Amino acid sequence: MTRETTFNAVLLLGLIAVPTWALIMDQPFTITLATRAVILALAAAGLNIALGIGGLVSLGHAVFFGIGGYAMGILAHHAQSYSPLMDWPFVIEGTKFMPVIWLVASVVSALAALVIGILSLRTTGAYFIMITLAFGQMFYYFAISWSAYGGEDGMSIYVRNDFPGLNTLAPIQFYGLCLAMLVIVLIFSARLRKSPFGLALNAARQVPARLDAVGLNPVRLKLVAFVISGVITGLAGALFADLNRFVSPTMFSWQFSGEIMVLVILGGVGRLFGPVAGAVTFVALEHFLGGLTEFWHIFLGVILLAVVLFARGGITGLVAGKEASHD
Amino acid sequence: MSTILIIEQVLNGLQSGVMLFLMAAGLTLIFGVMGLINLAHGSLYMVGAFAAAAVAGLTGSFVLALIAALAAAALAGAVIETLVIRRLYDSDHLDQVLATFALILIFSEGTRWVFGSFPLFLDIPDALSGPVTLPGGIEYPLYRLALIVAGLLVGVGLWVLIERTRIGIQIRAGENDREMIAALGVDISRLYTLVFALGAALAGLAGALVGAIQSVQVGMGEPVLILAFVVIVIGGIGSIKGAFIGALLVGLTDTLVGIFLPEVLKLFMDAAPATSAGSAIASMSIYILMSLVLIWRPSGLFGARI
Repeated sequence: MTRETTFNAVLLLGLIAVPTWALIMDQPFTITLATRAVILALAAAGLNIALGIGGLVSLGHAVFFGIGGYAMGILAHHAQSYSPLMDWPFVIEGTKFMPVIWLVASVVSALAALVIGILSLRTTGAYFIMITLAFGQMFYYFAISWSAYGGEDGMSIYVRNDFPGLNTLAPIQFYGLCLAMLVIVLIFSARLRKSPFGLALNAARQVPARLDAVGLNPVRLKLVAFVISGVITGLAGALFADLNRFVSPTMFSWQFSGEIMVLVILGGVGRLFGPVAGAVTFVALEHFLGGLTEFWHIFLGVILLAVVLFARGGITGLVAGKEASHD
Repeated sequence: MSTILIIEQVLNGLQSGVMLFLMAAGLTLIFGVMGLINLAHGSLYMVGAFAAAAVAGLTGSFVLALIAALAAAALAGAVIETLVIRRLYDSDHLDQVLATFALILIFSEGTRWVFGSFPLFLDIPDALSGPVTLPGGIEYPLYRLALIVAGLLVGVGLWVLIERTRIGIQIRAGENDREMIAALGVDISRLYTLVFALGAALAGLAGALVGAIQSVQVGMGEPVLILAFVVIVIGGIGSIKGAFIGALLVGLTDTLVGIFLPEVLKLFMDAAPATSAGSAIASMSIYILMSLVLIWRPSGLFGARI
């Protein structure tokens, strides 16, 4: 067992142990915090596929998070007001059923990622960053001006959506659902890395010209990675909306895109459990520093600067040393 | 729809385009010379606006406020260049994005800490307040007209600086081959600090000038920053000419589509849905423009490299 796998195992155990302890001690707020961390980790795990393996510096991943959130918001809004989503050419009703919401969130995120990906992958480097950022802003302004679904104020959903066999209103059960989703995505990411697709994508990040030479299209590989990445972040958005029972345009904001990227970097870019380490640290900082001072973002900024300038591997790099996992 | 309204809106579009140019010019210059993508440029815009509002509040002089904005933004630019940015020139874009994102957090929260969360207000100077009558009997706010003129003057000044002075030669040489001009005895790190401070001062000036027609508040810089990115993507990274054309295109598109699209839609549908659909589509118009440019010319209208 390498140090990194030990570290990952400790993280995973912590994600099981802390909420269990909170359940026994009757601390529902701790469970909510842990749920937040797990959902943010899921969003970051999505970005980690595009950024960590594919080298795509997407500063617009809030688009997919927001789409996931609005998929939940719109479907649940129509279900709770008993009004159909549309009645022509055929009737579509809203729903409170999580699997359907997730399916819709995934499909719409995938479509958005496909269109944004096709356009922004025409370029590379700084252009790509600026373009993804710009598309994020486009969705943000669109959500603000979309008055049918709350516009700037967003929408509240009164009751958390249903999952068969679970009482999602019990914090620990909803947490379990989110954690299961995260574990599935992490297993998927681990397998993706080892798969021919993952290896080719890794090569597309490092030497696209050679990939071209052996007959693989680096742009197409990156596009597929971008779509997969968007779908995962979209699912995280749907869960996040269910956690807060509220969606608003801030889910699309450029700050959030930046934060998802910070989670990945803080934890260690390209590391399997990097997003988890990053999200747990972020939520802990937010909770403890945020309790000390209203201006905790200053400290977050300083920590982030220190990580970028002095600790390239993030937390995983500090704990587990130089990586052996990718390259 | 009258001609007067159209001309007014075209002037509004020009005004926002020209101010956008001040932001985009600094960004594109910094990218062209140092290869750095600077997210904190919006923070420098905010620093300029806050410095202007604070000095105007103390002294009541708009000229002093503008000088303070230029000085504060240039100083902030020089300081962050020396402390942080300098270490990022050889890093990849990811590191630059993160470090400058960290700077945004520090600047925004620091400003909130010093000035509080409430917006400040910067008054238009008396000499420039009120409307002016243009040929054809069009009444237009004098201050906005002054912004257009000021922006164009700065644009000309920037062109002279880059095309006609020794510093400009060094900047252009730095864009082409930094090792070579370092070998020729130009102090490259001083040149970089200078370019960064120049870009910062332009952003600070824009912040102060626009601050007089909008409120001065934390977070005011980032929406403008992202618009400036759209401008640069349209114009081509590193090209000042591209930034100018791109800024005017974005300014005009944003203003004109926002005003006229709902009116056009009203010809085909009811007033209420036309207004809401029109404003929703209009909010996307400049990004659609950007996408079209990307499909047509992925490296922008005047971008040589990609």
